[in-house]
Amino acid sequence: MEAAFATRPLLRVATAGSVDDGKSTLIGRLLYDTGSIPPDQLEQIREASIRRGAIGGVVDLALLTDGLRAEREQGITIDVAYRYFQVAGRKVILADTPGHEQYTRNMVTGASTADLGLVLVDARTGLNAQSRRHAAICALLRVPAVWCINKLDLVGFSQERFDAISTEIAELALREDLDVAGILPVSALHGDNIATRSEQTPWYDGPTLIEVLDAAPSIAATVDGPLRLPVQWVIRPQDQGHPDYRAFSGRITSGTLRPGDEVVLLPSGRTSRVRAIDVDGVELPEAQAPQSVAVRLEDDVDAARGEVISDPAEPPIVTRELQIEVCWMSEQPLAPRSRVLVKHGTTTVKAVVDALVDRLDAEAFERTPSPDQLELNDIGHVHLRLGASLAIDLYREHRATGSLILIDEATNETVGAGMIVSAT
Amino acid sequence: MTTVAATRLSADLAELESEAIHIMREVAAELAKPVLLFSGGKDSIVLLRLAEKAFRPGRFPFPLMHVDTGHNFPEVIEFRDRRAAELGERLIVASVEQSIADGRVRDETGPRASRNRLQSVTLLDAIEEHGFDAAIGGARRDEERARAKERIFSFRDDFGQWDPRRQRPELWSIYNGRVRRGEQVRVFPLSNWTELDVWRYIIAEDIEVPDLYLAHEREVFRRDGMLYAHSQFTELLPGEEPFTASVRYRTVGDMTCTGAVASDADTLEDVVAEIAATAVTERGETRADDRVTEAAMEDRKKEGYF
Repeated sequence: MEAAFATRPLLRVATAGSVDDGKSTLIGRLLYDTGSIPPDQLEQIREASIRRGAIGGVVDLALLTDGLRAEREQGITIDVAYRYFQVAGRKVILADTPGHEQYTRNMVTGASTADLGLVLVDARTGLNAQSRRHAAICALLRVPAVWCINKLDLVGFSQERFDAISTEIAELALREDLDVAGILPVSALHGDNIATRSEQTPWYDGPTLIEVLDAAPSIAATVDGPLRLPVQWVIRPQDQGHPDYRAFSGRITSGTLRPGDEVVLLPSGRTSRVRAIDVDGVELPEAQAPQSVAVRLEDDVDAARGEVISDPAEPPIVTRELQIEVCWMSEQPLAPRSRVLVKHGTTTVKAVVDALVDRLDAEAFERTPSPDQLELNDIGHVHLRLGASLAIDLYREHRATGSLILIDEATNETVGAGMIVSAT
Repeated sequence: MTTVAATRLSADLAELESEAIHIMREVAAELAKPVLLFSGGKDSIVLLRLAEKAFRPGRFPFPLMHVDTGHNFPEVIEFRDRRAAELGERLIVASVEQSIADGRVRDETGPRASRNRLQSVTLLDAIEEHGFDAAIGGARRDEERARAKERIFSFRDDFGQWDPRRQRPELWSIYNGRVRRGEQVRVFPLSNWTELDVWRYIIAEDIEVPDLYLAHEREVFRRDGMLYAHSQFTELLPGEEPFTASVRYRTVGDMTCTGAVASDADTLEDVVAEIAATAVTERGETRADDRVTEAAMEDRKKEGYF
C-alpha cells in the first residue's frame, strides 16, 4: 500500500505570473491532471464562478488558487500560496506567487526554498518584462528554471513560433548564465504536453511538464558537501537519569555526520570529535542532510546556539564583512549607513551598510553602479560590516549557510533577503 | 539507548519531520515563552511526537495547552489527559465554559449553536494571562484556501489578529520570530504536511490516537448531509431521528460541529486507504464551521482563531 504514496524526496517548485499569462490555468491543470482537486473544492469554485457571472459554466481555476477575500474580489494574486500534489509517487510543494514587479519580494520568497522554477511565456508575445524578471530571480537564487511556452493553441501550435522563442531563451541563458531545465511547448487550457504528450506538436520530442517534475533533482540539501550543522538548541536535562547529558541539536544543512568524526565549531574555533548522534533516545550510526539531530561531542565543549558544527577540512569562512546580493522588501529605502539586524542560520548580529555597490534592472539584466538607495523590490549588491563574526559560506556553494535575512530592529519586520557573494 | 540501522520513514516524510523539528527548536530558542496547543486531535498528537524528537531527553521547553469548549468528545479529553501525564509535561486547560461563566463571551443557543467562535476569546485570554508570546499549533496549509497563504511563523498583533496583507516575507528556513511585548506568533510546524502525510507518519511511528478515528458504533443523526453524534450538547431539529451506525471521525473538534464519516475502517491502514480514495477535503466533509461562507476561515483567523 505504501507504494501508492510518495516515497521519494520532496520537490519544491516555485512559479510566478499573473492571471493574464495563464498561470492559474496552468496550476489548475497540474492539480487537475494529477487528481489533486477534491470534487467538493471543484464544486465550490464552480458555484463561485457562476455567482461571478462566468459564461457557459466555465470554471475559473484562478478561484482555486486565490485564497484571500481581497484576491477573489479583485481577481488578483497578492501573496505566496502553497499547493500540494503528487507526481508519479513524488510529493510536490508548489509555491505560487504573483508576477508583477510590485510583488518581486513575494517571488523571491517563493523561489528561496525551491528546487525548480517554472517560468511562463505567452507564445503570442514571446519573452516579456515579466518572464525576464522571473528568470532573473531564479538565476539570482540559483534555481534551475523550466520554461513553459504557453497558449501555443492560440498560435496554431506553430513550431516556427516555438523555435523562435526557444532561441531567444537559449541566447539569454548563455549571456546571463541561466540554468535551463527545459523548454516546453504547452497549452495549459487544453492540457497539451502537461500530463500527456500532445498530438498537436509532433515536432516536439522532449518531456512533458509532469515528466520534468518527476525527474528534477532536489537541491535544497546537499549530502555530498562538507558538514554544516548550525546549532539551534543545547539539550541539557540535568536530571537524575541524565546528569551529564549535553547535546547540540540542529538540522544538518550539508554533508554527513558519523560518530568519531573530527569537527570544528565556528566561529569560536573549538575542535572536538563526535561521540554520538541521537534522536529521542535512539542512537544513529550516521546522519546526513537534511536530518534534524542531537550531537554529543567527546570533549566538554562549552558551545551555544549560533555555532556551526563543521568539517575541519572544508570549514566555513569566519568574517565580519560581507558582500551580499539583496532583495529589498521594505517601503523604507535602504541607504548607505543604514543599520539593520542580520539573521544568518541561528545567529542574529547587528550590521551597518557600508556601501551600495549596484542595482540590478531585472528585466534588462543590467546593473547601475553606486545607487543612492535601494527601494522596495529593488535588487542589488550591498557591502555589510557586521557587529560580530559569522561563520558563512558563499550562496552559490551552500544555500543554507550562504543566505541571510535583514531585519529592521525598530519594527521587527523582515526587510531584506540576502545571498552572500563574498566575504570582503 | 538503543541503536537502529535506519529510520522507517520514507524520504519525503523524513524531510517533513526534520523541517518540523527545526521549526520547533527555533521557537524554543527565539521566543521567551512559547506554548504548544494540544487538543488530542491527530495533528497535535503528531506535534507531541515531534517535540519528543526535538527536545528529549530534556523536558519540553513549553507547556501544553488545550482550549476546552466543554463540548469535546469525552474519549478525546481522556486521551489528552493521559498523554500529557505519560509525557510528564504540564497541561494547561483553558475553558470556554469558564469564559461564559465570567461573562467574557455569550453562549450561542438553539439547535445550530456552536462554541467554535467563542474559542478565540478563551485562547487570547489564556495567552494574555500566561504571557505566552508564541503558540505552536498543528494547522496545515492543505486544509483551507486562506491557510494556504499563511506563513509558518504567523505574526499576530496585540489583539491576536492576522493581517494577511502584512505578513512577513519568509525566506529559506530562516524564521523571524521577533515580537514586541503583547504581540505573539502562531507557529505551524506541519504547514507543509497533508492529511495523508499526517496519517502515514502516525502509522510509520506507531503513534497512539483516540479510538474515535477508527470505525465504531455510535448513535448519530443526519443534518445537512453530515452525520453528527447524538449527545447532551446537541438539540435535534424537527424530523431529525437518531440512529446507530458504524462511523469514524476524520477531524476532532466540538461534538456540535464535527461530523462523522460512515465507515467500516477499523485499522489505521484501512483509514488511510479510505482517505486516499476519498473525494472530499476533511474540512468540507466534517466541519460545519467552515461551510458558513466562502471566506469563513479567513474571517475567523482575522479575529484571532488558529
